[in-house]
Amino acid sequence: MNAVLIVIALVTLGAAAVAMTLRNLIHSALLLIASWAGVAAFYLWAGAEFVAFAEILVYVGAVSMVVLFAVLLTRRSRADLTVTPDSAGRAISGFIAGGAVCGVLVGAIVATPMGVGSSPTPTVTVKQIGVQLMGTHAASLLIVGVLLTVALLGAIVIASADRTDDSEDTP
Amino acid sequence: MGLSVQNLWLIPLLPLVAAAIGALTPRTGRTLAAGAAILAMSFSFLLSCGALVTALANPATHATSNFAWFDLGMGALRLGWLLDPLTAFMCVMVTFVGTLIFIFSTGYMHEDANAKQFFCFLSLFASAMLGVIVANSLLLLFVSWELVGLASYLLIGFWFHKPEAAGAAKKAFITTRIGDLGLLLGMLWLYDSTGSLLFYDGGHGVLEAGALSALTAHTALGGFALSTIIGLLIFCGAVGKSGQFPLHVWLPDAMEGPTPVSALIHAATMVAAGVFLIARVYPLMSADQALAHVPFHALTVVAFIGAITALMGALIAVAQNDIKRILAFSTVSQLGYMMLAIGVGSWVAAIFHLLTHAFFKALLFLGAGSVIHAAHHEQDIRSLGGLRSHMKVTFATFAIGMMALAGVPFLFSGFWSKEGILHAAHEWDVSRVPLLFGLAAVVLTAFYMTRLVAETFFGKARSHASEHAHESPASMTLPLVVLAVCAIALGFLGTPAFPWLQAKLLGETEVLGHSLLAGSGLMMLSVVLVALGLGTGWAIYGRVTREKSTSPDPLAARFPGVIAFLGARMKFDELYAATVFKLNAATATFADVLDRFVWDGAVRFLARLGEFAGVVNREADEDGLNAGFDAGSESLRGTGKAYSRAQTGDAHGYLRIIAIGFVVLVLIMMLGGNR
Amino acid sequence: MTALQLCLVFSSALFCVGLVGALARSNTILVLLGIELMLNAANINFIAFWRFSPSPAPATGVMFVIFSIAVAAAEAAVGLALVIAVYRHQKNIRLQEANRLKG
Repeated sequence: MNAVLIVIALVTLGAAAVAMTLRNLIHSALLLIASWAGVAAFYLWAGAEFVAFAEILVYVGAVSMVVLFAVLLTRRSRADLTVTPDSAGRAISGFIAGGAVCGVLVGAIVATPMGVGSSPTPTVTVKQIGVQLMGTHAASLLIVGVLLTVALLGAIVIASADRTDDSEDTP
Repeated sequence: MGLSVQNLWLIPLLPLVAAAIGALTPRTGRTLAAGAAILAMSFSFLLSCGALVTALANPATHATSNFAWFDLGMGALRLGWLLDPLTAFMCVMVTFVGTLIFIFSTGYMHEDANAKQFFCFLSLFASAMLGVIVANSLLLLFVSWELVGLASYLLIGFWFHKPEAAGAAKKAFITTRIGDLGLLLGMLWLYDSTGSLLFYDGGHGVLEAGALSALTAHTALGGFALSTIIGLLIFCGAVGKSGQFPLHVWLPDAMEGPTPVSALIHAATMVAAGVFLIARVYPLMSADQALAHVPFHALTVVAFIGAITALMGALIAVAQNDIKRILAFSTVSQLGYMMLAIGVGSWVAAIFHLLTHAFFKALLFLGAGSVIHAAHHEQDIRSLGGLRSHMKVTFATFAIGMMALAGVPFLFSGFWSKEGILHAAHEWDVSRVPLLFGLAAVVLTAFYMTRLVAETFFGKARSHASEHAHESPASMTLPLVVLAVCAIALGFLGTPAFPWLQAKLLGETEVLGHSLLAGSGLMMLSVVLVALGLGTGWAIYGRVTREKSTSPDPLAARFPGVIAFLGARMKFDELYAATVFKLNAATATFADVLDRFVWDGAVRFLARLGEFAGVVNREADEDGLNAGFDAGSESLRGTGKAYSRAQTGDAHGYLRIIAIGFVVLVLIMMLGGNR
Repeated sequence: MTALQLCLVFSSALFCVGLVGALARSNTILVLLGIELMLNAANINFIAFWRFSPSPAPATGVMFVIFSIAVAAAEAAVGLALVIAVYRHQKNIRLQEANRLKG
């Protein structure tokens, strides 16, 4: 049981860590897809199949595509895909801050006594999720819908070229 | 010796592995990719033979192996494999023809820099096609079906630097997608009303008596039984994939792909998938036959669509000049025949014709490929000619294929399978139209094939390329010879005297012929019609051959209007451009106008209202309230300046401070005592 | 260590991988991806607590994560649109150069 979890965790963390260190952005994005797939595997392990499929659809399917498009749209030449190495000072300070957060979090988790919950995996059917979404959380669902619409329109507006300074955009 | 149904998945898996190997080898590893593809296909062929042995031992049973894919909601979604004579015969045909075409491709694609990709795509295609065949679930079939479409898209557009090829790939993909939408709807409706997508499931499958009687008992809209509507929706998918009227327009354009692709996908296998699908779901299609109160039966639609397609394809083929286009329209026409056969109730005749057609049409396409290869990619039959003496093997095998397609009596397989279809159409008591259309197409087929052979191989060479043509290498001629032998021999599996194939497909053990003389009058009639077509074709094109590539076509000289109309492919593309595209554009314009004037006007009005309120507000503000606030803002600005120094604009800095702040907070909470 | 603690350690580690990525890299796309990883880590926590809670109310954790994923998708779309806008403005996407809001 735990062995499966450890394998999933190691694969996910490994892929994410390598993705964050690579120079080639395309490779980073591809490794992150593996990492997200790992997270989806964790959801499956935990018995939340619906969330796992949502994760696959949204992250592995959609977000990864948006990322790849962003990578391809923001380069000027083929060589531009590899980013220049970052300054050592920034990296070191990043590692210190990140390591401190990690230490504190793990320390807190280990130090906190936690009630061990039910051993059988709680089951949740798609029907239950549907009933909850349409019943208890109907208002939230509507708001999320509005949010997504606004985000979509906003993304288009932000990314679309300015009408006024066309001369600057067209090469 | 036999291959049990539990291991049936090996057949599509092997080409998939070959595709993966092809995808992972570098561009220079073409020999490895081609070798893996051919090896995988050959092993799949051996496995298919094993499956055939197993299936023929118990031809009447539908052996299945089902498993749950995943649990969803209340039930589980189940997939599975199915082994019956239909599956086994199709597997053997696809793997055998596929292997030969792969071997042919090594010669044909010899000079192409992307050959390794080509073999990768071919293997992917073969795998998907075999998946369609072995699937015991409409869902699994649909997934493979779409993969077949994808592989076809990649292969048609293989020479994507040619704008025609890229356009043809897009057209094929989108046109078939229109049909697939129907298939998807039918599938969803079927799942909704039966709760299963398995074909056979020990009494619970959708093609078994329980589900069928439930489907026919329900009446949906318009007085149709539910099974009729679902069957017709599934038929939509077959119409798209098999190039039936009115969605046939993509198939001739698909000839922009490399010729082995045309042979494999657009002649032998993929386009046959639609016929196979309808044969597979035949119990569902024919479930409404017993009902008397419905406006019409599902199979009637199939029969008429098939008849129209058969005649239309043959008519257009008469006026084409591109060697591959002629064969493409002949494929459209022959697929129409198969649909016609299913429609009049004899899916066995359709499958027999499908099998024989796969062999002789692959032979014809590969022969055309050999000609094109030798003539340096000259495809216009008006510029070829006189190739008979330069390419003896190609000519001999091509002639056998042509006679099989034209239905030359007794020796060639096409005759027997076509005879079965005409016989079935003759016995159909709903309408005479399919039989008449079919007979007309027989004459036309013999005619245009005679024209094709006479223009290409006889007369004198009309271009530099055809004058210096030479025979293709052995890797290309060997498959031709094997296919030619099959094009003859295969017919004897299903002659009326010994209908072994038909009996096995139907699951009967009695194979001795009972219909030896039945319909011999019809047979005589079709022999006469074939002779008429061949004779006319030879009289017009063979006796007096073309002098120059620019000299006019004798038929076009006599009926210029008709031939020009047929040559333009009955203006279907123009018709769709004038109707479907225009409608689309009109809808878009309407939406644009609606948006621009109605909604925009409303928004503008609100904005004006807000603007007016703003003006009123400003007047009150400037005169009354301003002075007092000015002083307050001055002091605020000073404070703001001081604070703004913290705003470094460095996002990393902010994030770092958040992280450090978090650590400090947690440390305070942990060390500061747990209250 | 119990399975719950393992899950939490896993999520913390993923969070910190994302944090280090966001802190140490100067490419804005990578910073955004780091933030996505942190969001995923938070979602893992939701699922873990739902899975191991003494009496899991039906589908609470799942609900949280579904909404969280929706918001994260919106965030990714807007974020990457911003990246493109920044690129159009300054012809590169180094985050430290996007400091026009400096006081």
